[in-house]
Amino acid sequence: MKISAPSDAAGGCAHEDAQPSRRRLILRHLLRAFGTGPALVALVILLLVVLMALFAPLLATADPIAIAPAERLSGSSANHPLGTDAYGRDIYSRVLYGARVSLIVGAGAALVSVAIGLVIGVLAGYFPAVDSVIMRTMDGVMAIPSILLAIALISLTGASLMTVMVAITIPEIPRVVRLVRSVILNVRSEAYVEAAVTLGSPVRRILMRHMVPNTIAPLIVQGTFVFASAILTEATLSFLGAGLPTEIPSWGNIMSEGRSYFQLFPGLVLWPGIALALTLLSVNVLGDVLRDTLDPKMAKRT
Amino acid sequence: MTEPAAPHRNPVIRVRDLSVGLVHGSHRPVVDRVGFEIAPGETVCVVGESGSGKSVTAFSIMGLLQTNALRPTGGEILLGDEDLLRAAPERLRHLRSTRMSMVFQEPMTALNPVEKVGRQIEEVLLLHSRMGPAERRQRTLAMLETVHLPDPERIYESFPHQLSGGQRQRVVICIALILEPDLLIADEPTTALDVTTQQQILTLIREMQERQNTAVLFITHDMGVVADIADRVVVMKDGRVVEVSDKERILRAPTHDYTRMLISSVPSLVPELREPLRTEPVLTVEGLHKTFRKKRFLRPASEVRAVQDVSLTLQRKEILGVVGQSGSGKSTVARCIVGLEEPSAGEIVICGERLDRAGTAARRQMRRRIQMVFQDPYRSLNPRVRIGRSMIEGPTNFGVATEAAMERAGELMALVGLPTSALDRYPHQFSGGQRQRICVARALMLEPAVLVADEAVSALDVSVQEQVLELLDEIREETGVGILFITHDLRVAARICDSIFVMNHGRVVEHGPAEHVLARPEQAYTQKLFEAAPGRHWDFRNFRPIEGNSA
Repeated sequence: MKISAPSDAAGGCAHEDAQPSRRRLILRHLLRAFGTGPALVALVILLLVVLMALFAPLLATADPIAIAPAERLSGSSANHPLGTDAYGRDIYSRVLYGARVSLIVGAGAALVSVAIGLVIGVLAGYFPAVDSVIMRTMDGVMAIPSILLAIALISLTGASLMTVMVAITIPEIPRVVRLVRSVILNVRSEAYVEAAVTLGSPVRRILMRHMVPNTIAPLIVQGTFVFASAILTEATLSFLGAGLPTEIPSWGNIMSEGRSYFQLFPGLVLWPGIALALTLLSVNVLGDVLRDTLDPKMAKRT
Repeated sequence: MTEPAAPHRNPVIRVRDLSVGLVHGSHRPVVDRVGFEIAPGETVCVVGESGSGKSVTAFSIMGLLQTNALRPTGGEILLGDEDLLRAAPERLRHLRSTRMSMVFQEPMTALNPVEKVGRQIEEVLLLHSRMGPAERRQRTLAMLETVHLPDPERIYESFPHQLSGGQRQRVVICIALILEPDLLIADEPTTALDVTTQQQILTLIREMQERQNTAVLFITHDMGVVADIADRVVVMKDGRVVEVSDKERILRAPTHDYTRMLISSVPSLVPELREPLRTEPVLTVEGLHKTFRKKRFLRPASEVRAVQDVSLTLQRKEILGVVGQSGSGKSTVARCIVGLEEPSAGEIVICGERLDRAGTAARRQMRRRIQMVFQDPYRSLNPRVRIGRSMIEGPTNFGVATEAAMERAGELMALVGLPTSALDRYPHQFSGGQRQRICVARALMLEPAVLVADEAVSALDVSVQEQVLELLDEIREETGVGILFITHDLRVAARICDSIFVMNHGRVVEHGPAEHVLARPEQAYTQKLFEAAPGRHWDFRNFRPIEGNSA
């Protein structure tokens, strides 16, 4: 009758192989999804961009901010594979270094907005008392066009990498909050959450164990979209001249400076533009694949 | 499949050796060489537990299989002389509603929520007849009258959400039968309805059938319904036909073991005589009220009085049933008692201590004495958490060490008849019945004095239902826990409860020992409920009709 009870939860790992856990199943799905087609191409492109950014100092042929008036607006040459801009700076090196700015801004905005949005969203979803206050505030933030808000914030504080990131992150937060709140509201009425309440579980445990894990899949997907839109916003701000100062090369401000010479030297706009477009496309494709894989409705198929 | 003596008239539909398989993967077929036929005016019931392939069979006839998942692999379905499996999609579309039609389980989802029901009925005429607008309208109004809907003009102009569940199902039947098809397929059409409504809908289907001489294929899991309406019965299990026979022969002398098991698992409506319990009360509820208020902008707040003045006492080892139809407030009583809702008024006494007088910390300690088992075993366990972790959540909340709690969890697993290795697995690796056992075990982890079971067996198949009921019966004997058993099913209540409270519109209308309330109901409402219970003239356990039933 009384079989010796397993006293340690870890002892159960032996069963893992026979009956895969949910996590492993998802991982298997992801590997399958990323192993083929557009997702693989997107992954490779993104990897290349990351490598470009990481090894920019090694790959660059010149100092990206060194001005060389003698060589201004030169075409492609051995020293300058993609030519130079109006100040004689090397376009190739500037595009390489621009990848750094884009990835930092994108990743930073995605991580910070998801983290802040998660906390605020959980509060709004679980505590009805603060819900309407939080959500009306979020509505207020969302009512202002994000580019305008970013320009206003930057003009108040002055442009630096930090302020640009803050200015891009703030308008993204309400979207994350709404997403998290809706997930939490849905899960609240699940029987297993009510069961936890009747088992006397403290609020912290109910939130962390039973509710927050449900938000992770949609947040990862939302994160990729924030990532893409942050890169785009940064480029837009720089293009408008409200973004990073020109001594920090970014794809946006390279294009901004190059646009007056576009008819003579289209490469000034084209090269950073291609880099930007490919990166955005890849991130969005990855986001779509992630959504399809992590969405429980899709997962049911197998 | 061997057919019993074929009906003498020409059958409307003949299903022969129908097999349906999954499109992906070559597992065993979902439906395996199924055959039966239905004559005009005849009702054939297909019974079976979930996963037996009864709905897939019906959908194959209608040509409504999801082609990306399921596909017929063999056999034929003859409607008249036409093989439906080989008919072109256009032809099938024409045949549906002119020669065969279907009534679904959930009338709300079967109707378009944003279109008036009159237009939805007319659509059938618009597509399949040459009637003009005025004629269509007239025909629709006449049909609404035929299905006994009051004030057809008003119903014609109503949206589905403005009608009750029973009225919606009448509208769906209207749509199905307005072109007088030869075959009506009804897929669990009364499962989502209350018993009294169910009885009305069954009567209506019977009446329409007699009027139009329709062949009816009725899919159900409820043996009571079978006893009431069937002419012949097809019993299915795991995609195969186990037995086909006349109703009388199936119910009196089933030849197959599975059929015997299925029929004898149906609890009797007549409660067994039970010794009155003389134990101390563990839960007393006095004058419980619950009013839901909804604030509305610039208007007075709306109020719903869900529970009014409910008092009850639950003793140690007692199983107290609360029965009533949907909206009677029985679940709200349960939720107030376990603390998921705050009562508007009234007192709850647990083991002699008043809950409302206790402070927050003491309250939490008292709450652990009341645990709950929920209706849907697929939703009451967190799919991401291993069974073991779910089991020990309660005790660790109250400071029990993980190892000790795990040991206890292993013992309780044995008590509910599951191996201790179950603790290392995830909920999706268990069947519905096993999950409900796990939920019972989890509730027992905190050694409660009161177990509240809210429709705890309603989502389960009859044979599994019987096992869980037996488990609850054992547990109260072994642990002495008092069980508050909420159910809409009088059979289940009769099977397990010592005493019964009948609720209607938030009030208790009758209460007393089970054999008293169920065998000799005093209140008109209880009598009505009892009379509406399907198959009440049949004693399924002993395979014979109940004689001299005075109820």
